[in-house]
Amino acid sequence: MLRYIAWRILVMVPTLVLISMLVFAIIELPPGDYFESYIQELRVLGEQADLQEIIELKARYGFDDPLPLRYFNWVTGMLHGDFGYSFDYRMPVSDVVGDRLFLTILVSVLTIAFTWIVAFPIGLYSATHQYSWGDYGLTFLGLIGIAIPQFMIAIIMMYFGNIWFGISIGHLMDLEYLGQPMSWDKAVSIAEHIWIPVIIIGTGGTAAMIRRLRANLLDELRKQYVTTARAKGLSPAKVVVKYPLRMALNFFIADIGSLLPAIISGAEITAIVLSLETTGPMLIRALQAQDMYLAGSFLMFLAFLTVVGVLISDIALALLDPRIRLDGTRRG
Amino acid sequence: MTNPLPRPGAPLEHYVSASPFEPAEEQGAGALSQNSQMRIMWRKFRRHRIALASGIFLLIAYLSLLVTEFLAPYTLEHRDLDFIYAPPQQVHLFHEGSFVGPFVYGQSMTLDMDALRRVYTDDTADVQKLRFFCRGESYDYFGLFTADLHLVCPAEGGRMSLLGTDRLGRDVLSRILYGARISLTIGLLGTAVAFALGITIGGIAGYRGGTFDMAVQRLNEVLQSIPSIPLWMALAAIIPVSWSPILVYLGITLILGMLDWTGQARAVRSKIFALREEDYVVAAEVMGAKPARIISRHLIPGVFSHLIASASLSIPAMILGETALTFLGLGLRPPITSWGILLTEARGIEIIVLYPWLLWPVVPVSLVVLAFNFLGDGLRDTVDPYR
Repeated sequence: MLRYIAWRILVMVPTLVLISMLVFAIIELPPGDYFESYIQELRVLGEQADLQEIIELKARYGFDDPLPLRYFNWVTGMLHGDFGYSFDYRMPVSDVVGDRLFLTILVSVLTIAFTWIVAFPIGLYSATHQYSWGDYGLTFLGLIGIAIPQFMIAIIMMYFGNIWFGISIGHLMDLEYLGQPMSWDKAVSIAEHIWIPVIIIGTGGTAAMIRRLRANLLDELRKQYVTTARAKGLSPAKVVVKYPLRMALNFFIADIGSLLPAIISGAEITAIVLSLETTGPMLIRALQAQDMYLAGSFLMFLAFLTVVGVLISDIALALLDPRIRLDGTRRG
Repeated sequence: MTNPLPRPGAPLEHYVSASPFEPAEEQGAGALSQNSQMRIMWRKFRRHRIALASGIFLLIAYLSLLVTEFLAPYTLEHRDLDFIYAPPQQVHLFHEGSFVGPFVYGQSMTLDMDALRRVYTDDTADVQKLRFFCRGESYDYFGLFTADLHLVCPAEGGRMSLLGTDRLGRDVLSRILYGARISLTIGLLGTAVAFALGITIGGIAGYRGGTFDMAVQRLNEVLQSIPSIPLWMALAAIIPVSWSPILVYLGITLILGMLDWTGQARAVRSKIFALREEDYVVAAEVMGAKPARIISRHLIPGVFSHLIASASLSIPAMILGETALTFLGLGLRPPITSWGILLTEARGIEIIVLYPWLLWPVVPVSLVVLAFNFLGDGLRDTVDPYR
């Protein structure tokens, strides 16, 4: 088991290196850099940029170094916990992000939990009652979740949440807690706010999950051992719970790999609409302002989150499913 | 009753038909074995009624893009500054108990100075009969010729806005129809890009194996482990603001397509891995066919049906991707009219409260995405030999 985990972590390294190269290429691609657009902006406003400061910053962050060297510095910096400097905020990136990373993780994890809790009974019902009205109705409901753009769901929920429950949606906490260290009151405030984004982000993923679970369970239900179990007189509920459901559980864990990127994607765009205190709104601002270290750190963080999520699901799967070969050659 | 067997000892009758032997005729024209692959697939596909209906719906939707100018009551440039944020008009058939055919009532606008908003009331004396196949605003049809024929236009001197108007007095229905042109083609073009990349890269990786295959697989993993929307955002942010709308359109299409080929490539690769061991491939190799020919002539056709099915599932993702990117301000920009642009204009809370008809573009987006999903599911079942 340990060997398997070690091997999986080792495989992660080249993937992360490649991701970092890709991210670096993306943030380097736009013509010009932050300072050029900044000087331009000031000139439009009729002000003079503090050229001295800019030259210093440029020198400090090696803007004139060759590309490979800058990449190397960036990566080694990240390994030491130095994520670079946000030019837009005039602060080190690690100070700017604050608890945004933590809140992103929190929202993602809660959304996965929500997705599971909703998708599991519905998928189970749909598969065992195939082609019933309930199946059609639930499938249709799920498809609507896929078909309506997430940001529209967010906007509409914002409105109805306001008139039905009288809560102001948007943000993850009451505004007085912004920028404050974590306290009990802040945690309560977050808990009051977080469920709306979780539901919004969850809708798309839940629908997809229900469909996959239903298809998987249906395949399983057609197998001969189910017929055998029925033939020997097990009650229908027991037939389902005893075997096919266990198989489906494995699939639930394994599916994190495809669920997590979707959830993080959805979380970003929903966060922008609802102006949540997660990475979303800040990432888009950083991208627009060419605040390259900030944008790069966020992209890197989101990719890292996905890779680690998949790793955890792989390990959990290996613990649960004895058929998975642990020698690290290939997943069964 | 005659015994079919001759009496013992008697000479056996031997009969040979003089007519030429035609196996097709012998088995009957309707026999399954005589059907082409396409016919069998079509027969299987037809059983999925929802998928079939979705396919027809999409076909009509795409064909309608060719004649948008004719279908839309107004052109994109049309603005009616006297009717800003006018609510949708209802189409009536009867006026004061007598049949007049489809018509709308004229609207009159008053300013509600307390709420500071425009209030439109139906003027039931003003019957504006709709005209069909009529002369309306003239338009330039793809630069080929100018025409002014429309499917439906308002009465002479009247106006109609079946889905209301927006903040510039533009007709929402016409804009949705024109927006379809951009939004629907973006999905198709993006998928075409992904398709071409996926087939080429996946084909070579599957056939060659080795280092190239390893590299492609790693790249696949990397691309799939970065969540798509942040990646799209990052790439779309690269598109310079100075680009013309049409270049931006192409750029967004490329971005959507370039990140989507991984799924296709994976499917092609794994299929070709299995197919390349088949005897007919060995035969082709022995006869001296070059790899390019083997891949394109012998291997790709074997995976093509799967690719079509999976492509039809990736088109809706791109259509949604366009709306999301545009909504974030990183995608298309006016004056291009796409569904994403229309939805972006409907983003404020006050829109839902005061002008809910601006949310109409959600309906075509959802319908098209749903239809593609149903179609894709149906196609996937069709090409699955085990069903």
